[in-house]
Amino acid sequence: MAQLTGAQILLESLLKEEVDTIFGYPGGAIIGIYHELPNYPFKHILFRHEQGAIHAADGYARASGAPGVCLVTSGPGATNIVTGIATAYMDSIPVVIFTGQVPTPLIGNDAFQEVDIVGITRSCTKHNYLVKDVRDLAKTIKQAFYLATSGRPGPVLVDLPKDVLSDSTEFRYPKSMHMRSYNPHTEPHVKQIKKVAELLSNAKTPVIYSGGGVISAKAHKELIELARTTQTPVTSTLMGLGAFPGNDPLWLGMLGMHGTYRANMAINSADLILAVGSRFDDRVTGKLSTFAPKATFVHIDIDPTSIQKNVNVEVPIVADCKKALHALNEEIGRLTDTPWKEKNQGWLDQIQAWASTQPLQYDNTGPEIKPQYVVECIYELTKGDAIISTEVGQNQMWAAQYYHYHKPNTFLTSGGLGTMGYGFPAAIGAQAAFPDKLAIDIAGDGSIQMNIQEMATAVSHNLPVKIVILNNGYLGMVRQWQELFFNKNYSWTCMDAQPDFVMLAEAYGAAGYRVTQTEQVLPTLTQAFAIDKPVIVDVRVSREENVYPMVPAGASLTEMLLI
Amino acid sequence: MRHILSVTVENEPGVLSRVAGLFSGRGFNIETLNVAPTLEEGVSRMTITTFGDEQIMEQIVKQLRKLITTIKVVDLTELKSIQREMCLVKVNAEGERRAEILRIVDIFRCKVVDVSVDELILEVTGDAGKIAALLQLLQRFGVKEITRAGMLAMKRSMQE
Repeated sequence: MAQLTGAQILLESLLKEEVDTIFGYPGGAIIGIYHELPNYPFKHILFRHEQGAIHAADGYARASGAPGVCLVTSGPGATNIVTGIATAYMDSIPVVIFTGQVPTPLIGNDAFQEVDIVGITRSCTKHNYLVKDVRDLAKTIKQAFYLATSGRPGPVLVDLPKDVLSDSTEFRYPKSMHMRSYNPHTEPHVKQIKKVAELLSNAKTPVIYSGGGVISAKAHKELIELARTTQTPVTSTLMGLGAFPGNDPLWLGMLGMHGTYRANMAINSADLILAVGSRFDDRVTGKLSTFAPKATFVHIDIDPTSIQKNVNVEVPIVADCKKALHALNEEIGRLTDTPWKEKNQGWLDQIQAWASTQPLQYDNTGPEIKPQYVVECIYELTKGDAIISTEVGQNQMWAAQYYHYHKPNTFLTSGGLGTMGYGFPAAIGAQAAFPDKLAIDIAGDGSIQMNIQEMATAVSHNLPVKIVILNNGYLGMVRQWQELFFNKNYSWTCMDAQPDFVMLAEAYGAAGYRVTQTEQVLPTLTQAFAIDKPVIVDVRVSREENVYPMVPAGASLTEMLLI
Repeated sequence: MRHILSVTVENEPGVLSRVAGLFSGRGFNIETLNVAPTLEEGVSRMTITTFGDEQIMEQIVKQLRKLITTIKVVDLTELKSIQREMCLVKVNAEGERRAEILRIVDIFRCKVVDVSVDELILEVTGDAGKIAALLQLLQRFGVKEITRAGMLAMKRSMQE
């Protein structure tokens, strides 16, 4: 059998894993891989900063459901991606990362561009490896993909010393992978499922609280079936948006700190909470002791550590969300006597009443452009058919509230870590996965400047990502907190020195628009979305607009500040 | 409450730091830790003693199981088990004191493993209570230094 170098084995392995796109940045330790790369059919996207590459791999994974692949060099190349790895880890996104490393005899010697990236990323990867022998390489790569994509998905890093990449061995790629120390439990417990069906059929005010796990398990159809059959309203975390259609009558909107009034009120009155693929994060629950005070909790999750972590659960089910919901739907199918519609009608009427008294709203009568209106225009133009990414802060919350997501994998946002600078490279990754779709980054003027250098990437690779900057000249969410809770002390949140975003776009070879009048918003966005190249739309919005509703940190969900 | 966890892990580089990092990163405490190979090649056993209420212990056990390198976690506190610790004690032993110390050594079934003109080093094994009792008795002679191993534990063959 022919001998291959480590570099060739890596690329052959990626072929076996059906990888089509690599998000990377070359450097000394991985020059051997880049030397071989032109001989392989991969689409390689060259970023301007490694952080862009890792976020793009993450965005690719969120949009496509397939693992994203990121390739960077040792030392600073590796440390530059740590934020992106932590972002993917917090949101359980399958990414496989290859970092270069100094040759094995030099490890530990403080060699040039050496860093212990396995040590640094131990707590923000699902698992990581340092490959010390080329004969272990193929098996390690197989394990990395297996771990990244199975169970609760997550980033897996493989550190590749330079000599391992140049050494040779026979290439044998394992067909399947079994690890004695890793066996995710995916099958739901039958008795527990029966119990849930019973609870649902007896509940008077049930709510389904769905999370990102439903999207990663591809369980959205099962979720929709369950909700519609049992006439149970559905709320979702930020990460879960898209799994349930945003225009369905059973849709409550997002819950939590910036959740809708009806979602938070429904949680507060619920007698049964069916949590699926969600983890009772503090931004969702508010004050834990008053979260859903009347409810019995059912919690379906693939990760046992998520269950009983924050709330006491009466019916825990460790299982794959898709399998669990499928089993639950079958069980529900047997309960032919339950008059679901009649049973829940009063509850749904109550929810409707909450929705009409306190809908999501903003005052659009003034002369200034309202950021919420801009997001509504984006929705009107795309009808939920675009891939939306966001940065972090007010732009993210308005994108969650005022755009309606109908399909999974169409909303890419850094939920757990809250990484500013995520949205634009993530949109590039999504655009690479779906060149014909419209990929839009809803940004703030602060966040966009964290990875603005990737304009060059988008232009040079013809990835026509659209950036809509809700430009208020502030780090808006922090300013909102300062206004509401820190006596309007706007300490260092005013970004008054800004680039001219239109000229900046043009300097990169992209298109740029500025919008200063409300009536220009729709026509300009229409024009921008029709252009087949990257575009920045700089929308000058009302400077001190706040995101409402808002539950102050540590307060109960019912203590919402409303407009 | 104190718990004794017996954790079998893949014997790979970095596995100790994964476990230690889990405890420090999530704010759990390790009281003692002992790591050594088992009879099975490539498998090590960690015996960890730690504190926590029921909810924290559940998280510790689950988080340990979640580590990719962990094969099995058993909470020995819930089972009948044998527990042993080992301690080396350097104690002042001048003149007449020496005979008295040697009597204590005898009673506690310790061993004298090093002798000098004015000091003895004693080796003692037993459960935590025995070691504490010995140290207390030796206190008045002047304990100069101790070094203790983490707890070892093994499930009894006969469980009720």
